[in-house]
Amino acid sequence: MIPSKFDYIKVSSLNEAIELLDKHGYDAKILSGGHSLIPTMKLRLNSPELLIDISSVPELNSITLEGDEIVIGANCTHHAILSSEIVNAHINLLAQTAKCIGDIQVRNRGTIGGSLAHADPSADYPATVLACDATIVVQGKQGERSIVASEFFQGIFTTAIENDEIITSVRFPKVANGNYQKFYQSASRFAVVGVAVVKEENKVKVGITGVSDTPYRATAVENAYDGTATAASHAVDGIDVMSDHFADVNYRSHLAKVYVKKALEA
Amino acid sequence: MQISITVNGKAYSHDIEPRMSLVEYLREILNLTGTHIGCDTSGCGACTINIDGVAAKSCTLLAVQANGASITTIEGMAKGNELHPIQEAFKEHHGLQCGFCTPGMVMTAADILKNNPSPNEMEIRHGLEGNFCRCTGYHNIVKSIQHAAEKMNS
Ligand SMILES: Cc1cc2nc3c(=O)[nH]c(=O)nc-3n(C[C@H](O)[C@H](O)[C@H](O)COP(=O)(O)OP(=O)(O)OC[C@H]3O[C@@H](n4cnc5c(N)ncnc54)[C@H](O)[C@@H]3O)c2cc1C
Ligand code: FES
Ligand code: FES
Repeated sequence: MIPSKFDYIKVSSLNEAIELLDKHGYDAKILSGGHSLIPTMKLRLNSPELLIDISSVPELNSITLEGDEIVIGANCTHHAILSSEIVNAHINLLAQTAKCIGDIQVRNRGTIGGSLAHADPSADYPATVLACDATIVVQGKQGERSIVASEFFQGIFTTAIENDEIITSVRFPKVANGNYQKFYQSASRFAVVGVAVVKEENKVKVGITGVSDTPYRATAVENAYDGTATAASHAVDGIDVMSDHFADVNYRSHLAKVYVKKALEA
Repeated sequence: MQISITVNGKAYSHDIEPRMSLVEYLREILNLTGTHIGCDTSGCGACTINIDGVAAKSCTLLAVQANGASITTIEGMAKGNELHPIQEAFKEHHGLQCGFCTPGMVMTAADILKNNPSPNEMEIRHGLEGNFCRCTGYHNIVKSIQHAAEKMNS
């Protein structure tokens, strides 16, 4: 399978990438790890005329601790995240999530920025980004802005990023007690259901992916939480549950409840 | 577009179309046909190579992304006539039947052992999540990697 023709430019700075995005509009696409974009181009579901490779932009590659926040550069691979000392020490939940993604080869190439921008309804990070109340930092022609996770995901493959904007980093708070549980689609290893739970003193924050066409905060579970796992029965309250050839509405709803229970009990 | 790549220690330079995948470049331009194409859709791992120190699926990389990179393919694993310990272990412990998946298995095994020199059985099985074998049932592949680990640690 061969994609349709395109031009390729590897940029060395963020500004260069933003200029190109601004100039070429919808004809251009950012290329990071390529592990979502290239498969769709080979299937010709996507035919950009220009790929702007940002993998060599130095400032997008670091993982740092800034005060109480863990700042993950957009180009950090899933492998870099799961093996980062900072991540394991301060937000183990994120390492748990990265470990569940695809396989070794995918984790060596795929990036957190690419995953969030792609917004696959079965991707893993969205559940964790939501449960942690993380902030997605983007930069474009108009400068930099921060988007809170609850406003970032807007629908299937749709986010709050404007066309001339690039994700530069994701800022997470420290999370002492978190758990990620996933029911794998057995061939692709994407999440049929993925649940991230952040436990704080008397409350929980619950992010769910794979269940609806947009990842969501399970506020019904959070409100009903009484210190036990019984609140898991509210996992899909008010949610339009997806149905596909892997899991129909009933089965997926059941899985969501079971996996919320597992994450609450962990 | 002009690219320069080092493959198995040898420098190459070619003018290619940006849409050419790395596996196509390796097989069709460099004639290194040890790297196989199974699915061409990122699922099977037959095309696994090592790029700048990490295992990756070369059907899901563009050759232009590898510009300036250093690549090792299955052809670069042996030193002259001496097989790499992972290759030797696959041979000794029947880690292959038809052999189609084997180059990818060996390249992934090298990545598993780089990050975890003494993996247990479950860690090896998890490490092979991105590599499919239609013949062996995986059992002897896992056994081969265990033996390779022992040999490489001794
Ligand atoms: C076999 C396989 C299994 C997988 N399994 C899983 C899984 O279990 N769970 C999971 O969550 N994911 C899975 N994935 C997807 C994988 O995690 C991708 O790496 C990820 O979704 C995209 O990251 P990328 O860096 O490869 O992005 P790319 O493919 O380079 O880009 C994806 C999209 O994001 C845009 N983009 C990239 N970077 C930026 C940026 N910084 N700012 C703005 N836009 C940007 C691109 O223009 C493109 O539209 C799998 C992929 C494969 C091939
Ligand atoms: S040919 Fe690349 S993963 Fe199957
Ligand atoms: S030995 Fe035949 S596919 Fe693995």
